[in-house]
Amino acid sequence: MRSRILVLFSLAVVAAVLCLLPFILSDYNVSLVAQVGIFFMAVLGLDILTGYSGQISIGHGAFMCIGGYTTAVLSRDHNTNLFVTMLIAFAICFVVGLLVGLPALRLSGAYLALVTFALAVSVPQLPLKWSSFLGGRDGVQTSEAAQQTATNLWVYGVAWAASAILFVLAWLILRGRVGRAFRAVRDSEIAAVASGVELPVYKTLAFGISAAFAGVAGSLFVLANNGFAAPDEFGIFLSLQILIGAAVAGLGSLWGVLVGAAFVGLLPSVSSSVPVIGSAHGQDVVFGAAVILVMLVLPEGFAGLVARLRKLAGA
Amino acid sequence: MATAETSRLESLRNRSAALGAGSTPIVMLLLVAVAVALLVGSLRSATFAQLTVQGLAVGSVYGSLALALVLVYRATHVVNFAQGELAMATTYIAYQLIQWGLSYWEAFFATLAIAFLLGTVLEVTLIRPVLHRSVIAAVIVTVGLFVLIDGVVDWIWGGDFKFMPSPFGTRIYHVGSVSIARLYIGMFVVVIISVLLVWALFRFTKLGLGMRAAALRPAEAAFVGVRVEWMLALGWGLAALLGAVAGLMAEPSQFTLEPTLMQPILVYAFAAAVLGGLDSPAGAVVGGLLIGVALNLMVQYVPAITSELQAPTAFAVILAVLLIKPSGLFGHREVRRV
Repeated sequence: MRSRILVLFSLAVVAAVLCLLPFILSDYNVSLVAQVGIFFMAVLGLDILTGYSGQISIGHGAFMCIGGYTTAVLSRDHNTNLFVTMLIAFAICFVVGLLVGLPALRLSGAYLALVTFALAVSVPQLPLKWSSFLGGRDGVQTSEAAQQTATNLWVYGVAWAASAILFVLAWLILRGRVGRAFRAVRDSEIAAVASGVELPVYKTLAFGISAAFAGVAGSLFVLANNGFAAPDEFGIFLSLQILIGAAVAGLGSLWGVLVGAAFVGLLPSVSSSVPVIGSAHGQDVVFGAAVILVMLVLPEGFAGLVARLRKLAGA
Repeated sequence: MATAETSRLESLRNRSAALGAGSTPIVMLLLVAVAVALLVGSLRSATFAQLTVQGLAVGSVYGSLALALVLVYRATHVVNFAQGELAMATTYIAYQLIQWGLSYWEAFFATLAIAFLLGTVLEVTLIRPVLHRSVIAAVIVTVGLFVLIDGVVDWIWGGDFKFMPSPFGTRIYHVGSVSIARLYIGMFVVVIISVLLVWALFRFTKLGLGMRAAALRPAEAAFVGVRVEWMLALGWGLAALLGAVAGLMAEPSQFTLEPTLMQPILVYAFAAAVLGGLDSPAGAVVGGLLIGVALNLMVQYVPAITSELQAPTAFAVILAVLLIKPSGLFGHREVRRV
C-alpha cells in the first residue's frame, strides 16, 4: 500500500514538473524536452518488446519512419486533423509490427537483432523509390495549416499527453493477462507453452504494440521537425538512439524509460555545445563516451540501479 | 532428451571439422550450382564476367568484415557494431602513416599491427568488464564505440574527402573481350590471403586451438590450462586486423576516404554474416561473396530493382533464406537441454 502511494506521488510530481516547465524554459528548451517525450514513447515501445517479451529490435527507427510519413502524407494530401493522423499512424504501425513479428517467430537473439537492423536500413530507402508519392530525397511537408498548428509548445503538450496515454496503456496491458503472458515468454518459451500461452499470438502481439508506440513517436517526431519528413531524418542513428535509450533505462522497467529517454533526447543536443572539442564532432565524442561509461557503471541500466538501491534500503 | 544429447555431440563434432563441413549437402549443392551458373554466364557474356569479377572483389571486402564479426561473435557472443567504424579508423591511421612518408605497403602492415593492438586493448578495457554481467550491455558498449569513433575521427581528420595512393595502380587486363581492372584482382587476392592466413592460424597452430577452445567451451578450456580471457582478447585483436584489411581494400574501390566509408559495408557485412550463419567463419566469407556478386548482377539484369531498392531486396532475399534455415546457410542450430 505504501509503495502504491509512493508511485502515485512520484507520478504526480513528474506530471506537475512537466506542466510547469513550459512557463520556465525558453522556446528552444521546450522543443528539447518535447524531444524527450517523443523518445519516451519509442523507448517505451521497445521496452515492451525487449524488456517484457524478450525479443530484440534494433529497427524501431523504421516504425518511427512509417508513422512519421503517415502523418506527413495525410496532412499534405488531405489536410487531415493531426490527432487523427496519429491514430492512423498507431494503427498502421500496429499492423506492420504484426507483419514483422511473423518472421520474427522463426528467429531469435542476434539473428533477430540483425534482421531488424536491416529493416532500419531498408525502410528509409523506400521513399526514394516511390518518390512521386513519398517525396524522394526532398521529403514530404505537412500542409500549411498543420505547420501553423504545430508550434513547439503544441508539440510539447501533445507529445507528453500522448506519452502519458501510452504509459497508462502500457501499464494496463502489462499488469494483466497479456503482460503475464509476455513475461512468461521472455523467461522461458517452453515453460510458457507448457502453461498454455499461445506463443505466436503473444510474440507477434508484442511486436505490434511496440511498433504502434514507435509509430506515434514518429508522427510527433515529424511534427517537431517543422512537419518535414525525409529519409535522412530516419537513419540508422535514430534506431540506435532508441536502443541506447532502452539499455540506459534498463529492461523491463517502466520508470527507467523516463531516464533513458532523457539521456538520448537531451545529451546529443546538450553536448554539441562542449567547448573543447567543437560542435560538430563534440556531440558524437561526448555521446559515445557517455554511452560507454553508463554501460560500464550500470550494465543493467537505471532499473538495475533502482533494484540495487531497493535491496540496500531493505537490508 | 537423448536426441538432444546426440545432436549436441554431433554439432560439436561438426564445429571442429574443417571449412565447409557441417553444412547440409543441399546447401553445398546449391552453392556449386550458383558457381556453375556464374561460370557459364561469364563465358557467354563479357559484361556478365566483368560484373562477376567486380562483385567478387567487393564481396571479398564484405566477407572479411563479416568474418571479423563472426570471430567476435564466436568468442564473446557480442555483435560488434563498432567493427566497421574501427576498420574506418584504422584506414585513417594508414592514411596518416602514408602522409608521414611510409610507402603504401609499409603503412599497410604497420596498420594491421596497430589494428590488432587496438582490438585487443578495446576488449580488455571496455568489453571484458561488462561482458560477464550482461551481453546486451556489451553490445550497447559497441554501439557507443560506433558513435565515439565516428566523432574522434571527425575531430582529428575532419569530415572532408581524403585521398590515398592506389595500391594496385590503374592497369586493366584484357582477357578476350573481358576487361578486368587490376584493382579488383588485387583486392580479392589480398583479402583471400588474409582470410586464409587467419584460418590457418586457427586450424594449425596451438594458439589457434586454444582460441577455438576458449570460444566454444570456456570452462573446459580453462580447466586444461588455456588462458581463456587472453584468447578472447586476441580474438578481438584478430577481428580488428581483418577489419583493417577490409577498410584498406574498401578505400581504393570507393576512391576516397571519408568517415562514412564503412557504414554501407558494415550493413552488407552483417547481412553476409547472418546469411552464412553467425557462428560459421566459412559461411561469412561465402555469404560476403554471394552478396557482392548478387548485388552487382541484380542492378544490371533486373530492371525493377533500381539502386535504391538494392539493399531492401538483398535483405528480403536473406530473410527468405533465414525463414528456411533460421541459423544461416552454414550456422549451427543451438540445441539446449530443458
